[in-house]
Amino acid sequence: MPEISAGDTAWVLVSAALVLLMTAPGLALFYGGMVRAKSTLNMMMMSFGALFVVGIIWVVFGYSVAFGPALDAGSFLGDPSAYFGLNGLLNTSAMALNGGYYPIPATAFIVFQAMFAVITVALISGAIADRARFGTWLVFAAIWVTIVYLPIARAVFYFGDQDANGGGFIATKIGALDFAGGTAVHINAGAAGLALALVLGKRIGFGKMLLRPSNLPLVMIGAGLLWFGWFGFNAGSALGANGLAGVAFVNTISATCAAALGWLLVERLRDGHATSLGAASGIVAGLVAITPACAFVDTAGALSIGVIAGVLTALAVGLKYRFGYDDSLDVVGVHLVGGLVGTILIGFFGTKSVNEFSVDGLFYGGGASQLVKQIQAALIVMIFSFVVTYILGTILSKTIGFRVSKDEELEGVDIVLQAESAYDLVDSSKGSSKGKSA
Amino acid sequence: MKLVTAIVKPFKVEDVKAALQAQGVNGMTVSDAAGYGRQGGHVEVYRGAEYTVDLVPKVRIEALINDSDVAKVVDAIVAAAKTGKIGDGKVWVIPVEDAVRVRTGEHGAEAV
Repeated sequence: MPEISAGDTAWVLVSAALVLLMTAPGLALFYGGMVRAKSTLNMMMMSFGALFVVGIIWVVFGYSVAFGPALDAGSFLGDPSAYFGLNGLLNTSAMALNGGYYPIPATAFIVFQAMFAVITVALISGAIADRARFGTWLVFAAIWVTIVYLPIARAVFYFGDQDANGGGFIATKIGALDFAGGTAVHINAGAAGLALALVLGKRIGFGKMLLRPSNLPLVMIGAGLLWFGWFGFNAGSALGANGLAGVAFVNTISATCAAALGWLLVERLRDGHATSLGAASGIVAGLVAITPACAFVDTAGALSIGVIAGVLTALAVGLKYRFGYDDSLDVVGVHLVGGLVGTILIGFFGTKSVNEFSVDGLFYGGGASQLVKQIQAALIVMIFSFVVTYILGTILSKTIGFRVSKDEELEGVDIVLQAESAYDLVDSSKGSSKGKSA
Repeated sequence: MKLVTAIVKPFKVEDVKAALQAQGVNGMTVSDAAGYGRQGGHVEVYRGAEYTVDLVPKVRIEALINDSDVAKVVDAIVAAAKTGKIGDGKVWVIPVEDAVRVRTGEHGAEAV
């Protein structure tokens, strides 16, 4: 068992807090500014709500299912009773275990991984903006993280016990590379978003009415906070304050800059203007795409992945109008497409020159074998997430109801669900108060 | 007594206000408005989706004016609001039966 490293522990704890910042308030602002003024608070509450629900599930049984000892030999799930309520891990001596012991406390690894589960769920909410019932969203978050995220996280992120036995099948059997969650987080959330957008249906006025963003400055602030937090997401996935973290950190800058410029270039050529929403979107697209690849590619690879992701996602966000699905805030166009780009391009741009655990891709003399593994992993996660989410969403729709009524949607979900308004810029007296709780 | 209503470009509000004050007009009501005339709207693009924004932001200025002053007040507004480009706005005048100053209860011309 290794000695605890103060530097590694500090970095992983800080990284966990950075990933929390991505969800609340980063993603909440990014999404909240992108919807109409009558849905801003509800949109932000979907991110915060995902945090509350998943945060509890993670410490009760989530961590145990994702990273605990296998339920039985060959099972795709961990035993929920092994670390139920973090039993045996919530003390000062337990060490982080994932295919071997890390020189950090188990608690640091638990909380870091908890924030990954949280943001994956929160990302999905962008696909169903303006029309989902808040209570059903919380129920969905609880069930989805349990039956979709935990098995996928185990398949991708779990490297087995102290002797590296029993690791997740995507990580160890297929041998796909996914450093920080291109598959488990972004392809997963994107495919789930598509399924829910189809289950809930289009917003009233989709493709006809003015459904433009209400507050682009919030979107820009959110994108900046996401980027800041993403250093914890990517570089923190090194689980140590070391060279690997440094590689991931640098690539998280270069790919993202390239993606933002790629997106703006598409806009300038196609629409005539480089927009602020395009810049914010390009930032997130680049972050998504470099997530799986950030520790495995050199600067040429990172810049290439970034610009390819920026251009492809900028084109992909138009697909929803062509095919008629209302993925309101482009979870599919940005996260599914960006996740696929990053995951698959490792097969081209991976290089051992940056990291001995990397693999040389097609462009670095390594042949196509890693590319095939990357495509397999991407497809498995995409199909599993889409199918299970579609079934879960349909069941929730038919039983407790997932969508607000037409009148409620027109009135606005902030007033109907939260009984609040995001903005009152004129500060005039428009009502009266009973001076007590209702 | 007449109600003079002017719809003007937002950046012309200060000029119109100054012109009205120069004419001795002591009170007015100003509100944000949206609408369209011959100017039409403009196109905005969000993630490649085009939206035609038909309703252009304008400012509505309303003032009660005594009959004898109406002509010169309207002229002053038009002079102040004019840029010569499409979308400068419109001014119209309608008769008002009565007006009351809330604080004093004065009626008619006294209340203007």
